[in-house]
Amino acid sequence: MLKDITLGQYFPGNTFIHRLDPRTKLLTVVIYIVAVFLAGGWGGYALLLLLAALAMAVAKLGPKTLLKGMKPVLFVILFTAVLNLFYAPGEPIWSFWILHITREGIRNAARMVLRIVLLISSTLMMTYTTSPMAITDGLESLLNPLKKLRFPVHELSMMMSIALRFIPTLIEETDKIMSAQKARGADFETGNLIEKARALLPLLVPLFVSAFRRADELAVAMESRCYHGGEGRTRMNELKMAGRDWLVLSGALLALLAVILLRIRGL
Amino acid sequence: MRDIIIAQNLSYSYETGDDSRTLAIDGLDLSIQRGSFTAILGHNGSGKSTLARQFNAVLLPSGGRVLVDGMETKNEALLLEIRRRIGIVFQNPDNQIVSNVVEEDVAFAPENLGVPSGEIRERVDSALKAVGMYDFRLHAPHLLSGGQKQRVAIAGVLAMGPECIVFDEPTAMLDPQGRADVVRIIHELRDSGKVTVVLITHHMEEAVGADRVVVMDHGRLKMDGTPAEVFSRVEELRALGLEVPETTRLLYELNQRGCQLPLDALSPDDCAGAIYAMLTEGRES
Repeated sequence: MLKDITLGQYFPGNTFIHRLDPRTKLLTVVIYIVAVFLAGGWGGYALLLLLAALAMAVAKLGPKTLLKGMKPVLFVILFTAVLNLFYAPGEPIWSFWILHITREGIRNAARMVLRIVLLISSTLMMTYTTSPMAITDGLESLLNPLKKLRFPVHELSMMMSIALRFIPTLIEETDKIMSAQKARGADFETGNLIEKARALLPLLVPLFVSAFRRADELAVAMESRCYHGGEGRTRMNELKMAGRDWLVLSGALLALLAVILLRIRGL
Repeated sequence: MRDIIIAQNLSYSYETGDDSRTLAIDGLDLSIQRGSFTAILGHNGSGKSTLARQFNAVLLPSGGRVLVDGMETKNEALLLEIRRRIGIVFQNPDNQIVSNVVEEDVAFAPENLGVPSGEIRERVDSALKAVGMYDFRLHAPHLLSGGQKQRVAIAGVLAMGPECIVFDEPTAMLDPQGRADVVRIIHELRDSGKVTVVLITHHMEEAVGADRVVVMDHGRLKMDGTPAEVFSRVEELRALGLEVPETTRLLYELNQRGCQLPLDALSPDDCAGAIYAMLTEGRES
């Protein structure tokens, strides 16, 4: 049951986008998000939509996969749409009781929904095509300048990658503890939300105890393999920016420029 | 220098709440000869795992000293030099794998040591081939079986380029197949002659192939000798809460019933040979 949860969903592949440096993908997503917020008129949105569709086609991701990933935020999207639809000032074109739908409302709702969809699909496309480890490595490398300000960049990325490594192990363990408790009559399925939450409490205690023991053993194992922080550490797979990375980055910057120009011209 | 690890009058105690201390190792003297295969036996709580952690300066002596390749473990400046020479493979394979990808986990130690990336690649590939996990190099560790995970952990230690590998009950959590694989790899490593092997275990069968067997009890050395010497002292071992290998046990039980068999025939072939010799001898006379 718990094993169905996929975290940091990554679909391995070997497309142009898969092979991009993780830093390129991270930066491109950031540029893209800035562009989404800067876009003023439909011209800008059309351009951004086109780019998203292009990336999707190159990465060989079907629209179904993206829609599936958007499921958890469906509520947020609907909520924003409804809120914008009814609470915009202007000439009502349809009224019922205290609800008024205005032309501006429809326009705002459509724009907000489009924005959210573009934001989420761009980040999803990055996590779908980049392994969690690569994202961690990319973040560490991008945040490297912050080391001068004594920001613990290496420690953070090590924590992130260890967390990612142990998520499946701990899920497996939760499953085991649940089965063991079910075998002795524990009930996780019936009752209201509060009763269900209370049933989970005896699950958390052994899980925490074992997580701490694991952490302790892992620390000894890491020390035994000469881990002594980020200083003087090398990498087997060093990140390298290739020609395609510069191509994509300059393309992203050009798109951002185009969006700004379109906005100035009121499109 | 012939000995890779020397423990001199080593003792270690740890706090057990309310100011009381428990003595885990009590005045122990032990030298591990370079290139040898030593098995350390003892029941739970005999101090054998604590001893392993003394060998690579994860724990430091409360009394006496430990020398690794002539370097004292108390000297903090030599910490990395000591740890790169002594690799440890722990009991639980899950809790010693750091990375999400097999080959990146194997690369962890050389990365920590600042080895250039090209050389890391070579070390990782040859370590994975040595344990037969090269085809799994891009897999996620949590999808592997226990035995496979333990082989990855061994590769991770091998990639560090150690002079001595200490196995701390490496098969305790494995199924029979995984256990057989790990034991085979330990023997291959020893036969390669490149590393010194120290195997801590409570499976007597695994100790049969060693050059030397050391038995620990309450933090002290109780017996020290070749497997044949140690295992023929059946009563003493039993008094320490240890069993003997199946072969020795069979010979011992037969002797109890009046046979005259040598107790040092440890391998199943030798054991069968000894029984056969006794039977044919009986027929002749």
